[in-house]
This record gives sequence, C-alpha cells and structure tokens, in this order.
Amino acid sequence: MRAAARDGKGLKGIGGLDRKSHPANKQRTNGAGPMNSPLDHKKLLKSATGDWEIVIGMEIHAQVTSQAKLFSGASTAFGGEPNSHVSFIDAAMPGMLPVINEECVRQAIRTGLGLKAKINHRSVFDRKNYFYPDLPQGYQISQYKSPIVGEGEVIVDLPEGERIRVGIERLHLEQDAGKSLHDQHATMSHVDLNRSGVALMEIVSKPDLRSAEEARAYVTKLRTILRYLGTCDGDMEKGNLRADVNVSVRRPGEPLGTRCEIKNVNSIRFIGQAIEAEARRQIGVIEDGGSIEQETRLFDPVKGETRAMRSKEEAHDYRYFPDPDLLPLEFDQAYVDELASQLPELPDAKRARFITEYALSAYDASVLVAERANADYFEAVAKRDDGKSRDGKAAANWVINELFGRLNKEGRAIDASPVSAAQLGGLVDLIGEGAISGKIAKELFEILWNEGGDPRELVEKRGLRQVTDMGAIEAAIDAVIAANQDKAEQAKAKPTLIGWFVGQVMKSTGGKANPQAVNELLRQKLGI
Amino acid sequence: MTELIELSLAEARDGLEAKRFSASELVRAHISAVERARLLNAYVLETPEKALAQASESDARLKRGEARPLEGLPIGVKDLFCTKGVRTTAGSAILGNFTPDYESTVTSQLWRDGAVMLGKLNCDEFAMGSSNETSAFGPVVSPWLPPNWDGARARATIVKATAERAAPAGLLVPGGSSGGSAAAVAARLCLAATATDTGGSIRQPAAFTGTVGMKPTYGRCSRFGTVAFASSLDQAGPIARTVRDCAILLRSMAGPDPRDSTSADLPVPDFEAAVTRGAKGLKIGIPKEYRMDGMPEEIEKLWADGGRWLAAAGAELIDISLPHTAYALPAYYIVAPAEASSNLARYDGVRYGLRVEGGDVIEMYENTRAAGFGREVKRRVMIGAYVLSAGYYDAYYLRAQKTRTLIKRDFEQVFAAGIDAVLTPATPTAAFGIGEKASASPIEMYLNDVFTVTVNMAGLPGISVPAGCDAKGLPLGLQLIGRPFDEETLFATAKVIEDAAGRMVLPKVWWE
Repeated sequence: MRAAARDGKGLKGIGGLDRKSHPANKQRTNGAGPMNSPLDHKKLLKSATGDWEIVIGMEIHAQVTSQAKLFSGASTAFGGEPNSHVSFIDAAMPGMLPVINEECVRQAIRTGLGLKAKINHRSVFDRKNYFYPDLPQGYQISQYKSPIVGEGEVIVDLPEGERIRVGIERLHLEQDAGKSLHDQHATMSHVDLNRSGVALMEIVSKPDLRSAEEARAYVTKLRTILRYLGTCDGDMEKGNLRADVNVSVRRPGEPLGTRCEIKNVNSIRFIGQAIEAEARRQIGVIEDGGSIEQETRLFDPVKGETRAMRSKEEAHDYRYFPDPDLLPLEFDQAYVDELASQLPELPDAKRARFITEYALSAYDASVLVAERANADYFEAVAKRDDGKSRDGKAAANWVINELFGRLNKEGRAIDASPVSAAQLGGLVDLIGEGAISGKIAKELFEILWNEGGDPRELVEKRGLRQVTDMGAIEAAIDAVIAANQDKAEQAKAKPTLIGWFVGQVMKSTGGKANPQAVNELLRQKLGI
Repeated sequence: MTELIELSLAEARDGLEAKRFSASELVRAHISAVERARLLNAYVLETPEKALAQASESDARLKRGEARPLEGLPIGVKDLFCTKGVRTTAGSAILGNFTPDYESTVTSQLWRDGAVMLGKLNCDEFAMGSSNETSAFGPVVSPWLPPNWDGARARATIVKATAERAAPAGLLVPGGSSGGSAAAVAARLCLAATATDTGGSIRQPAAFTGTVGMKPTYGRCSRFGTVAFASSLDQAGPIARTVRDCAILLRSMAGPDPRDSTSADLPVPDFEAAVTRGAKGLKIGIPKEYRMDGMPEEIEKLWADGGRWLAAAGAELIDISLPHTAYALPAYYIVAPAEASSNLARYDGVRYGLRVEGGDVIEMYENTRAAGFGREVKRRVMIGAYVLSAGYYDAYYLRAQKTRTLIKRDFEQVFAAGIDAVLTPATPTAAFGIGEKASASPIEMYLNDVFTVTVNMAGLPGISVPAGCDAKGLPLGLQLIGRPFDEETLFATAKVIEDAAGRMVLPKVWWE
C-alpha cells in the first residue's frame, strides 16, 4: 500500500492498514487538513504515467427561503413578470439604503447550526465592487472578512455505505444579482431585476472531496440538510442552488495542485461530469508537460468539457470594503440558543434513530432520511395511530421498494402518492397478522394505488384473506398430486420439483394459501 | 412685501401665527425674490406652483388653528435630497432630468411639519467641492461682493460670463458643497435651507456667507433618499440666518428612520428650547492644533474673541490637545473618495439618468460616465478605486480608517475629561474668488476643509456661526464641536457668540 502518511507527520503504520477494515478509518476525518486524509485507491484516477488524486472544494450558493429580499421588502417569489419584484433599493435608485431582513439572518444561523458550525456573533457586510448591467448598485453586498458562520462539517454518505466528513470553511450571506436576457432584442440585452437582492447563503467547503462521486454525494447531503431546515428549497432547476466547483489534481502524496474554478454548475449530475472532465483536462495538460493556470472555467454539458472563462490576470479586483450603509451584524448567544431550540431533527440524527428505533439497515435508513417528506411518510407507516410500532423493516421495505419504486415509475412526488401512509401501514399490519401473503399484499397494493379503500375491508370483501385452514390446503394438495402422479414420482428423485407443485397449489387456491404451510405439507406428501 | 423676506424663520413663524400676514403672502414674497435673483444661480429648479399650493394648504390650517411646527415657512432644498416628482440632479449631468418617485426622509419630515418648498438649490456635483464650482449647473455667486465692487459691475460680470459660458471670475464663491443653500439663505431667497455636510459642506459655506450652519451628529438625520457621496460621513443639516432658526429646522429634519440602518434610535430634543440655555458653567476646549501657520490674523483674533464672549457668559476656557488633527484631512481624502467610488458606481446609464450609447455595454458605461461626471468627481472616483484596490487597500484605506479611529479617540478623551464643546475657527480664510482655486492644485481647495473634516471623521456635531468680518469686510465664522448627540449645547453656545458678535448684517440686494 502506498497510502503512507504523506506529510511525514502521520504514523507510518496507519498508512499500511486496509482502510475498509479498520474501524477508525471507516469515517474519514479530514479535520486536520486534506494532507492528513487517508488515500482511497478506488478514487484515484489511473493513467499511463501513474495515479492521480483529484482534490475538490465547493462553493454552494443557496437561495435563502424568505418572503422578502436580503435588504429590501420586495418579494422573492419565482416566476413573476420581469422586473415585477423590484424595489427602489433593488434597482439602486439614488439615495436608497439597504436594511437587513432579519429573517434571512435567522435562516443563515439556522443553517450554520445544521452544519454544526461556529456562529459568529459579530459579522460584517462588505461591498464587492464590479460593473455589470444586472448588478444595479455596481457592487454586491456580501460578507468578506467576517462571515456570519464559521467552520462546521457535513457527514456524507457514499453509496457503498462509507461515510466521510467534509469540513465547512464558512457560510456567508450575500445578495443575488439580476438576470441578463440576451434573446429579447437583436442588438441589446434586457435585464430582469426580480432576483436582484435576493438573499443567498454561500457555503464554502474545505478541499476535502476526492472524487466526482463524493462531490455529488456532498451536494446531495447538503441539499437534504437545507431542505430539512427549511432554509433553502434546493431547487436547482430554478437556480436556487448553484455550485462553483474548485478542482485540482496531484500525484498521491504531493502538495495541492493549482486549482481551477468551474462556475455556476446547476445540477448534481453536471457537477459530477464537470469534475471528471476538468480532472481529465488537467491531467492531460500536466502529462503533456504543461502546467495548470489558475483560472475560472465554465462547464459545457453538451460537449462535456470545461472551457476557460477568465484567467487569474483577468480576474476582477473587487475592491472589497465594509459597506458603510450597514452596521456590523451583532446578536448574542441567547438569540442563537432560541433558534437552536427550534431546529427540526436533522437527517443524521433521524438516520441514527431509525437504525435503533426501527432496526433498519444503515442503507435503508439513509435512503429514507434523504428527503424529510419520505422520512415522515415512513414513520407514519412504521408507527400505528395508537403509538405502537409496526415491523420497521417490513415498513421500510414496502416504502422503499414498492412505494418509491412505483412513485418513481410514475414520476410522482411523495405528497402526491395515491396510497397514504395509513393505508400502507394497514397493509403491513395484514402481512404481520398472517392475513395476507406477500404476493397478495402486492395485489392489495395495486388495488390501493388504483382504487383506494381501507386495506382490511378490501381483504375481506374481495376474499383475499390467506387460507391457513390446513384441511383446505391439504385438499388442494391432494388434488394437484392426484392429477400429476408422474411428476409426484419424479419429485422423489428431483426435490426441486416441489417449486412446481407449490405453484400449482397456489394457483388452485387463488394465491390465498399460506405458502409456508403449502410447502411443509407438500414435502410430507411427496416424501421429500 | 420685501420686508417679509428679511424675517428670520422664527419671526416669520410668529408672524403667521399672529396672522400679521398669510403664508401665501410670505411665499409669494419669496418666489418673487427667487425669480429676481437668478444671477446668483442659487436655485437650479424653482417650484413656485408647488410652493403656492403648499402655502394655501398652510393658510387653511392656520385659519383652522391647526398649524404644524413649520407651517407655511418657505425653504430651499439642496438638490441632493430626492423630492418626489421634482427633478433631482445632485448637481450632476449624469442624473440628467432624473425625477424620483420617492421623497427623502429629511424633506418628507419638513413637509409633514408644514414647510413649503421653493425649489432645489445648486450644489457641487455629488457634494464634492468647497466652492460650488463643480456643479454641472455652473457656480453659485455669493451675495457678498468682493471689496470695492459695486452691484453694477457684479451684474455686468455675471451677464458677460453667462453669455460666454464662462465662470464670473472675480466674484466670490459661497463655499460648498452647499453653496446654493448658503447663498440663498444669505440673499434672503428662502427662510432657511436644507444642506448636507460630508467634510464641511454645511459649515464652510455658512462661514463664507455669514449664515449659521449646523452639521448634526452622524445618525441624527436619516440619509434615506439623499444622494450619497460618502455614506459614513454624509449628514444632513440646516443652514439659516440665526442659531434659533437652525434649531427649529433641525428638529423637523432629525429623527430615527427604520429605512436607514445608521440612523440613531434616539428621541429628538426640543432644540429651540436649548438655544437660550447660555454657556454658564460649560467647559470650552481650545485645541492648540487648530492654530495653523499662516492663518490670517483676523481669524486668530476672532477665535480669541469667541473665547472671551463665551467666558463672559460664564464658560470656562481650557486649552486642549487633539493630537491627530493634522492627519484628518489626508485620511478624509482617502475614506471619502473610497466610499464615493463605490456609491457612484450605480450611475452607469443602465436604468436612469444620462446614457451615451456605445458599441457594447462597457463602451456605453465609459461613454456615459465620461460625459456625465465632471472633473472633480472623476478625480475622486479614481482616487477611491485606487485606494481600495488590491495591494493598496492596507496602505491607504485601512490606514486611513485607523487614523479615523485615532481622531475620534482624541475627541473622546477631551470629552471624557469634562470638555462640553470645542471652539475652533470654521475656515482658514474668508471666501475666495470664483476661479481662484478651481484652477489651482486640488489640494488648495481641499485645505478649506481642514477645520471641519475632523468633525465628520469623528461623527460629531458641529456648528458654524458668524462671528465677525475680515479686513475686507467678508464674513468669518467660528465652529463649535460637541459631544455625540449633544447638539443642544452647540445651539446654546453658538447663540452666545451670535448675541455677542451681533447678528450678521447681510449684503444689500444688488443682484436684481
């Protein structure tokens, strides 16, 4: 193994351990910096000249869920007529002044708490100066040196069950810009200021991510946390969550390479594609004897490649300075504590609870908590109205496999599910009681999906109840054996034929016979 | 009716209340004076119809006995205050015919209290200047004549200069940036005027024109709706002919405003009641650093006179030191342009005001800003962008901010030691001639603010009160600097000086 301690400070022995089998390495801890993180060979990019490690850091711009903009009373509603949600402040009319919207401050603090981050009781708004038609003030109000939220972390679940810790560098509040529309006029651009001044949280990660897959999982998890908190709806299609991705490559063990920033990637899929394309490009450049220039790039999803937007030399000098129109933002710990006391249960806590309370697998728990609505639905299935728990595993199976599968297939959201949690809970009860078999349960699910109704009544009315009357089952078995004497003989030599007999018996009983009972009785009768 | 324009604001208020004349009569007298005084170029926009409409409402209210604090009193508004439906230019071509759809907090409070608007007053472009010569509307001519000039010569000079599109050289500047406000008040073209002060723009023109100018504590008046120059320094205040008039006007202008995060959430005192408090028992600081080499003897003498008058009224004079005074001006000329460079970025030709088309948007920006901004504004925008740029920020902007902290601390220490107010000259000289300094090094012009910028840098209140004249017969002012939000002591002490010096005899009308 080459995964030795690369900075010379780590213990030699740790590098030689198989990471997957060592419990201490199950959760990668990058708190001491990326240089100390163990190396995962699966994640290295192979090339003719050897292995490459990708190092990724992300800046996520998340639109704050609020009624009004960060510094004005104008609406943040999406989809209004162009320039219909614009105050004099958003349009930067002469003499207009920004006034902080406290709801946006609360949302930022709540998000910081959700990221287990340090909340700064004093932060400062700065002006970031540059000219662009969709930036009416000629500067963006942002937080440069003193952000409202400091260091925190996100625990990210990877598909293979691995969990990694991604450090959060900071979170700050800033204004969104307007939108330039270039297709409205032959020679001129139009500007829509509806977005101008809407509050964004810029969430900056440490360079702790090592693959496109990790990056995707990180954004997915961050989005989940934001949605749980209700601080950002995470709607990437509306641009309410955008990512700037910083990518560099290096030989394992070497210092960080020069990074390029890929701006404004607007879907999780594209984030993965952009990282892979950019890493390949950088490796190609280096392997051809070149070097990486620090620059800003754009991802072209059609061509699947990144292209240069502006170099370091062309980078703006933003002339940051504290905005003299705004006082430093200050609040005390009691204010933070009050917000903390009202936070909802977050995905990590919920996941842990699902594992212990409902005996779910880590995987199932992760799947269920990914969306709060899904988790709530599951809990409603898993808990009866009287507060008693149903079979959690069975509930999880039905929710994940049957319900989610069907919803996905039909492109429906959980809140548009035709089968309610109460109905699905009733179905799980019926299975648990032995009243219906798994097969019948699927039939019942179909009925519930298409026609609705009370599961218990449906079972009775439609005669779906499982036959557990041994006499009736025996009669059915005898009839099948009698009609198939030759096969019964063969079965003695070839016991696998029992499956055929089970099928025949189930068919003759309309699927209502208890399959286990059928199996046992058949073995006796056939002498297997 | 010309005697009506000679009244002070307080006298006019009392006259209206006593029904010796009507608001309409008072306003008409002023409208007529304004129309006859166009040679001075004090007003850039006259709003007689609005004034008469407001006056007639005032008369109705007076008749019903429902007079508000400023009922029917005609005032002028510096063109830096946005006025709803009335063109607002900040003295700049870049705003073109910009007509706001909103009212500044300060002016809205004046109208709330019954004041009448005569029009918008000339000022330096974006309030950047100390002589009103940077205005896109041309310079304001001071009603004060240079020594040995008569009215005929002055009128002829202005007429000739106007025909030649040149500045009327030789005549005096009213100071700036609130030059229109000061000139209009001195020439009795309004009872009082709103003004703004970023580095001395109320106090210096007041001193140059023999009027009283009060720059309140930063945060006392809302900045909402006032075109911004340097946000951390800008503060609105009144210019009037008496200390009492300033106190009356400030009470209406001031007050907390939820639309300005930097406005102070403090109740507004009855400033007028403080005017007659006197100076008995007050400790007045005399800062040695304000004694500058080459300062005219008359100013030295005036300063000493001021001290004696206050002492005679029972105040105690104490020599103090404000050691960082010398750094205030250079620090100011970093902080103010830095903020201005950012504040003026919004004038880009995209949404309002002037637009000069170009091949692409960058060219449009460049063409618009090149045509729309004057020389001084461009100079300051460039200085400001420079001191904020990467690599220079620490050496200039950050250093200036640290200096600012030290200047503030100087004052905090003397106030903590028991000083109630600081007495200084308002300006290093009396008014100078139009064209005299505008063509010289900008530093010459900036030196005008040497006694006033400290007050803005420290966010303190300061008042300039006429105290006498120089050898050429031109007015000179003294400045009193107070504790934060203690404008009352300044009104009281300024009144002592005003009483002792005798009310300034303003120039007779020659401009009609």
